[in-house]
Amino acid sequence: MAASSTARSFLQVAATEEVVSPLRVVQIEGLAILKIIKHCKEFSPALVTGQLLGLDVGSVLEVTNCFPFPIREEDEEIEADGANYQLEMMRCLREVNVDNNTVGWYQSTILGSYQTVELIETFMNYQENIRRCVCIIYDPSRSNQGVLALKALKLSDSFMELYRTNNFTGEKLREKNLSWVDIFEEIPIKVSNSALISAFMTELESDTPVAQCDYDRLQLSSNPYMERNMEFLIECMDDLSMEQQKFQFYYRNLSRQQAQQQAWLQKRRSENMARKAAGEEPLPDEDPTNPIFKPIPEPSRLESFLITNQIANYCNQINGVAGQSFNRLYLMKSLHDN
Amino acid sequence: MANGDRTVLQFSTQSTANFSAEVHPLVIFNICDCYVRRPDQAERVIGTLLGSVLSDGTVDIRNSYAVPHTESADQVALDIEYHHNLLVSHQKVNPKEVIVGWYSTGLGVTGRSALIHDFYSREVPNPVHLTVDTGFRNGEGTIKAYVSVNLALGDRQLASQFQEIPLNLRMVEAELLGFDILKTTSVDKLPTDLEGMEVTMQRLLALIDDIYKYVDDVVEGRVAADNSIGRFISDTVAALPKLSPPAFDKLVNDSLQDQLLLLYLSSITRTQLALAEKLNTAAQIL
Repeated sequence: MAASSTARSFLQVAATEEVVSPLRVVQIEGLAILKIIKHCKEFSPALVTGQLLGLDVGSVLEVTNCFPFPIREEDEEIEADGANYQLEMMRCLREVNVDNNTVGWYQSTILGSYQTVELIETFMNYQENIRRCVCIIYDPSRSNQGVLALKALKLSDSFMELYRTNNFTGEKLREKNLSWVDIFEEIPIKVSNSALISAFMTELESDTPVAQCDYDRLQLSSNPYMERNMEFLIECMDDLSMEQQKFQFYYRNLSRQQAQQQAWLQKRRSENMARKAAGEEPLPDEDPTNPIFKPIPEPSRLESFLITNQIANYCNQINGVAGQSFNRLYLMKSLHDN
Repeated sequence: MANGDRTVLQFSTQSTANFSAEVHPLVIFNICDCYVRRPDQAERVIGTLLGSVLSDGTVDIRNSYAVPHTESADQVALDIEYHHNLLVSHQKVNPKEVIVGWYSTGLGVTGRSALIHDFYSREVPNPVHLTVDTGFRNGEGTIKAYVSVNLALGDRQLASQFQEIPLNLRMVEAELLGFDILKTTSVDKLPTDLEGMEVTMQRLLALIDDIYKYVDDVVEGRVAADNSIGRFISDTVAALPKLSPPAFDKLVNDSLQDQLLLLYLSSITRTQLALAEKLNTAAQIL
């Protein structure tokens, strides 16, 4: 009697759905980061992927380990091999007490050009099985500048719903108030290490006050990197203008079709008037078999959104590198003055 | 020479003369992680080392994985099938990494290690045995590498001796990450470009201050002058290119203008994007 008022009955608890707390932070272990870096660097410039393993705790997604995927050939039988490889690795890792809970995947990229439709499709595939998954993007070319270019991405929920219905027309998007910034959500990354590792690293740290990353950061030549970035940017702009042309084409067709419809309607009406004057049955106002009434499909805006995202990314990168270069140049200037 | 009663204890040293090992930081991370996750009844972790042998005889240890094993007083049982399965899986990703040895945590080499070493020497001609002292028994984490040398008395095998070989810890990859991230148990957020730049410049400033102080001390006579350091300093200062001030200014300004141009271009692009997006979604069919 007292219990039922304070405690909920089992049925009630089972009936209430768990509230999914939003993902706020991705916590990665230093081990996983090193593995990702090693794998991506070894195979650069080829793009590689791998699986992330860890735990999903509250609003933190912990990534404790990862393993790389072999480079897959375009061959039918290798498909089954890939799945076997994955199962084998997970089984073996389970035996040594590694969390074999998939929480996402990682992939390497070149200069930040990772927003493709395949990424979204992979996300949707993963989302069906796992409640929360994250994709980690590592850019080995940017890490040569001394920056750790690691990003954790997630598709935003509103975008996912829209993608499921596969409806990207203008009205729908305006309804949901979704613009291109809303497709991907970037999640902040935290790094954690076990105490043993931090003890080892503290001891093994070299005594020099300056490390390799400092050498990389103070390098004056960032020109090749900027050049490649600009090249990619220009290519993307070309793609974007192509998409714009598609839209223009569509609108022109649409307005032409409407004009045709109006003209046809006029003709019909005048015909009807004539027939009414002659005392015959008026013809219907619409003719569904006439091809000018066929609705033209509106092109999907997904591509243009992705391209826009890409371009924004490149711009951000350029800004970052330019900022660094400014610092370096001013530093050089003051050093020289002295 | 009579081969009668005198036999000589042979140490075969020629193969270990230039043997040394290089360890990547990932291996140490792996080992520590496996140690932390070991099953409760095991007191140490054993695993395989993967890598390659370079042309000058150095063994480059790049990756590792743990192998479940059970140990009793004088017996060791290693899960060989697991070891082979994982090896095959790893080689699918990276066929160049082969077995180069094995590791175990804990200080020193025990008799049971010899048995395991035997097993590994059947897979690889000269396996390297790495010990990582996770118990910090000497007050520091010692990492040592050994190869086994056979002690033979004439034709009879007496024992195998574990000889230590020089070990080189390649911390370059860890340095790239920045030890600040790896040293502490948790870092709240990854440093952005500009923050990293700031840290680097602070370090540079500290170095310059040190040199300044040192030169001051030497001039004042507080510290004995060391000619080699003095030569280094003068070399460094002379390494700054001798450009006349106007030429140098022009150089710097040109680069600055290039960067500004790029910044301007990227800002224009972003404005263009915002505009395009508005046009795309705002257009309505009336």
